[in-house]
Amino acid sequence: MSNFNSMEMMICAASRLIDDGAMVVVGTGAPCAASMLAQKNSAPNSTLMFEAGGIGPLLPKMPISVGDSRTFYQGLMATSMGDVMETCQRGLVDYTFLGGAQIDMFGNLNSTRIGGDHQQPKVRLPGSGGANDLGSLCWRILVITPHDRRRFTERVDFITTPGFLDGPGAREKAGLPPGTGPYKVITNLAVMGYHEESKRMQVESLHPNVTLDEVQANTGFELLVKEPLELTPTPDDEQLRVLREEVDPQRYIIGRS
Amino acid sequence: MNPNDNQQQSEGPLFTSPDCDAAREYFRAKPKAMVDKVMSVTDAVSRFVGDGDYLASGGFGGDRIATAVLHEIVRQEKQHLGLAGHTATHDFQILCAGNLTGRGQLLDRVDSAYIVGLEARGLSPHARRVMQSGTVAVCEWSNYTLALRFQAAAMGVPFLPARSLAGSDTFRHSAAKQIECPFTGEKLIAVPALWPDVAVIHVHESDRYGNCRIRGTSVSDWHVARAAKKLIISCERLIENEEIRRDPTSTVIPFYCVDAVCEVPSGSYPGNMPYEYFSDEDHLREWLTAETDASTHREFLDRFLLGVRDFAAYLELCGGAARLEELRNEELMV
Repeated sequence: MSNFNSMEMMICAASRLIDDGAMVVVGTGAPCAASMLAQKNSAPNSTLMFEAGGIGPLLPKMPISVGDSRTFYQGLMATSMGDVMETCQRGLVDYTFLGGAQIDMFGNLNSTRIGGDHQQPKVRLPGSGGANDLGSLCWRILVITPHDRRRFTERVDFITTPGFLDGPGAREKAGLPPGTGPYKVITNLAVMGYHEESKRMQVESLHPNVTLDEVQANTGFELLVKEPLELTPTPDDEQLRVLREEVDPQRYIIGRS
Repeated sequence: MNPNDNQQQSEGPLFTSPDCDAAREYFRAKPKAMVDKVMSVTDAVSRFVGDGDYLASGGFGGDRIATAVLHEIVRQEKQHLGLAGHTATHDFQILCAGNLTGRGQLLDRVDSAYIVGLEARGLSPHARRVMQSGTVAVCEWSNYTLALRFQAAAMGVPFLPARSLAGSDTFRHSAAKQIECPFTGEKLIAVPALWPDVAVIHVHESDRYGNCRIRGTSVSDWHVARAAKKLIISCERLIENEEIRRDPTSTVIPFYCVDAVCEVPSGSYPGNMPYEYFSDEDHLREWLTAETDASTHREFLDRFLLGVRDFAAYLELCGGAARLEELRNEELMV
């Protein structure tokens, strides 16, 4: 078995979640690498979309901005932000990858502020960008993030992007499209999903050499555990080859680990 | 069950009026003759950007932005502007140079969908200082709902419905309202039309009257251009009106939306301009690093922005033709 680092592990685990033929709105960084890997390996008929209007590019390099010209390089269409978001709103988009400074047990995400009050926050973060729209309108939300107690918090300071809000039925009650919501969280330690009834985050598979205690110790709320708890498949040789040679040869993302 | 049960209310400030009849009266009075609108950036900013105006910046933060116009707004010390922070990244960073730097207060209200960050490049320390100072009023939105506000304005209606924002604190701190669909009874989020007093958009080509072409993604500029009460265009190249007429399918913004046309080659630098030049990541990193400390930030601004005559002088300071050639090669991958 090949050697791989934790970023490669995360990207490969995330890329396996994209099924062939899926439509995916991605951001920059690890989500983009995971989607590119899926497209070049396990899901060749998937379509990548970027929120500023880039559709179906043959990405020559990792984009720096979700609006830069790489996002429609040899693409199928260079359109508008409204068109991309409305494609999500019409129900055509299966997956989106999001991130945030904080995530809670219901998958609510904060990328707006930490502490203080709204007009004078202690730490101001960028805000929603397209995240609130994508997390409201795409069918399934994927999150790739490092696993620590600072990020996995009991309560988020601000719900920028809705997860399951305060539990079962809350999204629908708020008026969000039925059947949408958080799907998986991929970290350097484990892959988590959400319990079907309670909508609480649950550990579904542990990465090699990681214990459940370690995952819980790095999480600021009580995690549920899915039975049977599985072992996350390790990257196979072909995944690693494509990731290293074709997706991120400059090691912008996989070199961060 | 009472339909108002669980009705969500927002508490964010509404900075602009969604009155569509007032907008119609404004547009009725706007000069619409197809006349030569070419002028310098200095003249365009001094004529069309007023203190207190609400501003919209086209493109996508660091992609196809009207850098030269934004610099000039800072140099002319415009005061108390509002801003649509619609993926505002480097453009926001430039405008924040007019806050907390001893030159009064350039920004005093911001509709925020994305501010203070530069995407994968990190957060702007100075923009954070500005937004954490309590001196700039903020109302939250998402990229789509802010884009939809321009769309409503471009359509000439007071609001449009969306299905995002619901249930979040982003909604609570917005000025959107929850409504019930008159046909299906579903809960929808109504976002108010946004007519900016002035918008600045960088395009690939324009004729002297303001008929414009954009290549690559349009982001929200189709709507921003039509929503803006006053519109300053900067362009990579002026082209002949005959060229516009030869291929009208390529026109994205028509002349009657436009007030000023400024020819600014490399005008999106250090941002990306599709098919022209890639972003200058070295310069953007230098800018971010300089902001770490208030005094190095002031020196940086004096050197690159406040102390330079115009945008051409800025380009020279940043490496001039040689650097632009490198960025062109990077964009075209040759």
